[in-house]
Amino acid sequence: MAQQTRVAKTGNEAMAEAMRQINPDVVAAYPITPATEVVQIFAGFVADGAVDTEFVPVESEHSAMSACIGASAAGGRVMTGTSSQGLALMAEMLYIAAGLRLPIVLADVNRALSSPINIHCDHSDTMMVRDSGWIQIFSENSQEAYDNMLQAVRIAEKTRLPVVVTTDGFIISHGMEAIDILDDKEVKAFVGSYRPEHYLLKLEETLTIGALDLQDYYFEHRRQLAEAVKNSKPVIEDIGKEFGKKYGRAYGLLEKYMSDDAEIVIVAIGSTAGTAKAAIEDLRKNGVKAGLVKPRVFRPFPRDEMAAALKGAKAIAVMDRSDSLSGHEGQLCTEIKAALYDSGLKKTVLDYIYGLGGREIKLSEVEAVYADLAVAAKGKTGSGINYLGVRE
Amino acid sequence: MAAEKKTKPGWKELPEGDLIIGGGTAREFKTGDWRSLRPVHIKEKCINCLTCWVYCPDSAVIVKDGKVAGFNYDYCKGCGICEHECPVKGKAIKMVSEKEALKEGGK
Repeated sequence: MAQQTRVAKTGNEAMAEAMRQINPDVVAAYPITPATEVVQIFAGFVADGAVDTEFVPVESEHSAMSACIGASAAGGRVMTGTSSQGLALMAEMLYIAAGLRLPIVLADVNRALSSPINIHCDHSDTMMVRDSGWIQIFSENSQEAYDNMLQAVRIAEKTRLPVVVTTDGFIISHGMEAIDILDDKEVKAFVGSYRPEHYLLKLEETLTIGALDLQDYYFEHRRQLAEAVKNSKPVIEDIGKEFGKKYGRAYGLLEKYMSDDAEIVIVAIGSTAGTAKAAIEDLRKNGVKAGLVKPRVFRPFPRDEMAAALKGAKAIAVMDRSDSLSGHEGQLCTEIKAALYDSGLKKTVLDYIYGLGGREIKLSEVEAVYADLAVAAKGKTGSGINYLGVRE
Repeated sequence: MAAEKKTKPGWKELPEGDLIIGGGTAREFKTGDWRSLRPVHIKEKCINCLTCWVYCPDSAVIVKDGKVAGFNYDYCKGCGICEHECPVKGKAIKMVSEKEALKEGGK
């Protein structure tokens, strides 16, 4: 197995380090808390001559993604980073990047959307651009953030879809952890070089990218995008397996943690999955059959894999760190219910909206959710929505 | 539902990502079918000053040997600028209803 070095890195440092090793052609970025460091540290690498990247400092996130689109259409390997309001300002261009099938990789540090203004973690920014056609990969910790960034380049270029890799604002982005990183040469070999088939700077070919597409063509192109996102699932799985074989950390569309025989299961994304794992270890010691299913990829949603993972559960709690404001539940819960319905599984599903605006999610609160599930598993409570950790 | 007769490529046949490969493809995009009015050239009145040819935003005025020879209806959008700019008293270009023109067997 390839040699790795154990280092102490925050999530932002880990993402910047991955970007240094990937050495993209162009990075266009605008700073925003808590993602600033990702591109700030990377700008330092550019200034030091540690990378060959053309760094484009722009006047807004809308311009950042616009410059990324231009550079990617020209044929470059392109990356950027942002968070929250920055991602929201990019939203228009995110759809364009996906529609044009440009394999841009974006590091997003999850942060609440205004209003009220807040700089801390929740998943409302990433959920806001859920339907943009970007592949969305969530990280549980700095190690995953680093590993996901490396894989994202391969996934993007193979599927010709843009990929957003997220961490949780401050919790991961500013939390120092011991992580294992690969040698520069190894990363270079893993990501390979980018060889697009069509690009604007290809001198031997005349090409139009992004022409007006009216009633007679728009639908066909959107149908292609739908197919591409659907077909990205095996690509994500294959690259995750290859990463595991080479470096000892395998990845799939979702992670199952003690869920195979579990009666009560939490579904959570991002850093809260780590808290749930700690709770499960305690509960298992007391003979409680608790488990966790963590979707790593939210787009495309691993519907069939999720239904299979939840098949044996008696009661399920979905942890939504964002609210869809549908009046019923968060975005993740809707996906879980749809996955169960399509598989003909009628389950008790409790939804927990939690952690908005960086509100801490404590181990005791996750344990309380498992306690609720233990009651629900006996059929004593039905499905419903709960606001966990809010003051009444 | 009966499938519509396919005259354009399906989603599996198109290059992916809103790409148009190759140059000069605007020629294939015939914008003349947007027209609700069409210009008709009145040869007897025309002084061949070519003002219409200069002003036409779609370069749809056909000129042969220095004389106006009609309009390219594949690209003429029927904006009427040619008629408006025609300096001839009583106008040597007249905008007529596209629907009426088609009824009368116009192309």
